[in-house]
Amino acid sequence: MKDIRKYSGVLLITLMVTAVLAMKFPAQADEFTKEDEARWTKEFMTVVNEGSKLFHSSSLGKNKVSCDQCHPNAANTHPETYPKFQKQIGRVITLFEMVNWCLRNPLEGAPLAADDPKMIALLAYIHYERRGVPLAPGKH
Amino acid sequence: MKMNRRTFLKTTGAAAMASALPISLVRMAFGEKSPAKDFSFAYISDAHIQQIEGSKFVRNWDMGLTRAIQEANLLTPRPDFFFFGGDLAQLGKREELDHGLEILSKLRGKIYYVMGEHDYYLDLGKYWESNISPLWYSFDHKGVHFVVLTSILTYDTWTHHTKWTTPMDRMLAMARLDNPEGSPFLVGEKQRAWLKRDLEKVDKSTPIVLCSHSPIQKIYKGWNFWTDDAESVQTLLKPFNKVTVIYGHVHQIQYNQVGNISFHAVMATAWPWPYPKSYVQDPSHLPNLTVPMNRADPFFERDATGWQFINLRTGNVDMHYQLPDNGNRSVVFNRKAGRPQDAKYQGVGSRVPPQTHY
Repeated sequence: MKDIRKYSGVLLITLMVTAVLAMKFPAQADEFTKEDEARWTKEFMTVVNEGSKLFHSSSLGKNKVSCDQCHPNAANTHPETYPKFQKQIGRVITLFEMVNWCLRNPLEGAPLAADDPKMIALLAYIHYERRGVPLAPGKH
Repeated sequence: MKMNRRTFLKTTGAAAMASALPISLVRMAFGEKSPAKDFSFAYISDAHIQQIEGSKFVRNWDMGLTRAIQEANLLTPRPDFFFFGGDLAQLGKREELDHGLEILSKLRGKIYYVMGEHDYYLDLGKYWESNISPLWYSFDHKGVHFVVLTSILTYDTWTHHTKWTTPMDRMLAMARLDNPEGSPFLVGEKQRAWLKRDLEKVDKSTPIVLCSHSPIQKIYKGWNFWTDDAESVQTLLKPFNKVTVIYGHVHQIQYNQVGNISFHAVMATAWPWPYPKSYVQDPSHLPNLTVPMNRADPFFERDATGWQFINLRTGNVDMHYQLPDNGNRSVVFNRKAGRPQDAKYQGVGSRVPPQTHY
């Protein structure tokens, strides 16, 4: 009980200080410029281009087969349909798991962690080539 | 006369396999006016034999070609001959061509060869021409005039550009289907002039079958489902009553009718390709007539691959697709409608969900 009273006091003081500051300095959390947007797009496109390179690379797997051999422009990857029930695996999966299935099977290579920069780049490229298509999770 | 697949297959040693093999009911080539001219042939294409290193090749593509040959060897009565429709190799290497030829040597029957871009852009057709086949030629068989073109040439400025450090740079650039730095296919003036001379001596009522690797029509430039001088070639074919163009390259079922010319794509033995409209960033023009093949199941590696048995009963091509994991398809020339039609799925109401591509 004692602790709660102590923390309540601290919280009250914090709120009062915040309120005073808010009156003096207007909130800036969501202020950004066209230059910011340009920079963020540039950062994103750098990763998309890296993904495109990997997608067209003969060294991503172990048998020189590349993703684009079956998926020119990442077509027939249907990123908008994930997560979905992947009938051949028998459960709902996300797209990175399907990418790993391709890495292991047609490319005879090793899977990547979900947060591996290579996986993020591949997913960025796959989604970018599908831009503008409405989300359709679960669609087969 | 209809023959079922049991009578169609060689019975010796094949009876046990017959129920497992994707050989469809085939209407045999029986004549209407001159039975002597009825015959059939088979078409295998787009094997994309790919070297990993040394004597190691990609197993998946090897298996596609091997399976097509095993099935085609069971056909009986025998087709008069076979076509190989191009892209025997993935990167035009001698090792890949030699390995592909070794697999093809198991095929019982004569093979006519069509050259694909994957066979050409490393050495510009030198090994192919000296060891496999001329690049363009014609022959007559039982009253049908067959023409083979190399339709995957392109503009000299691209082929001989100084940006290519090595021939393999050029090969890799053309091998990448979605390469924005690629170049559209071309039959070219030299072959068109040859074709004009070749056709001059052919009677206009003679059925013509033209085999090329790329479609002699314009479907989607971004993936070179396209031949830049298609119209000029079509013009040379216009005076004939019955013309069929058979092409590979697209790894999918496509068919079309332009005036007097029927177009049929053949399947790949290696892997299927998406229909161009499933790339949403660019407009494309798949012929309205085409009922698409089923969307491929990647977990069955032979799905949406296959080969074709073709008969020329009437001088028009009846195309029978041999598909390992789907029901086989037949696209048959409908003389009343004057165009090829799928025997089962042509009507919009008769299509099945896997034929929807997006």
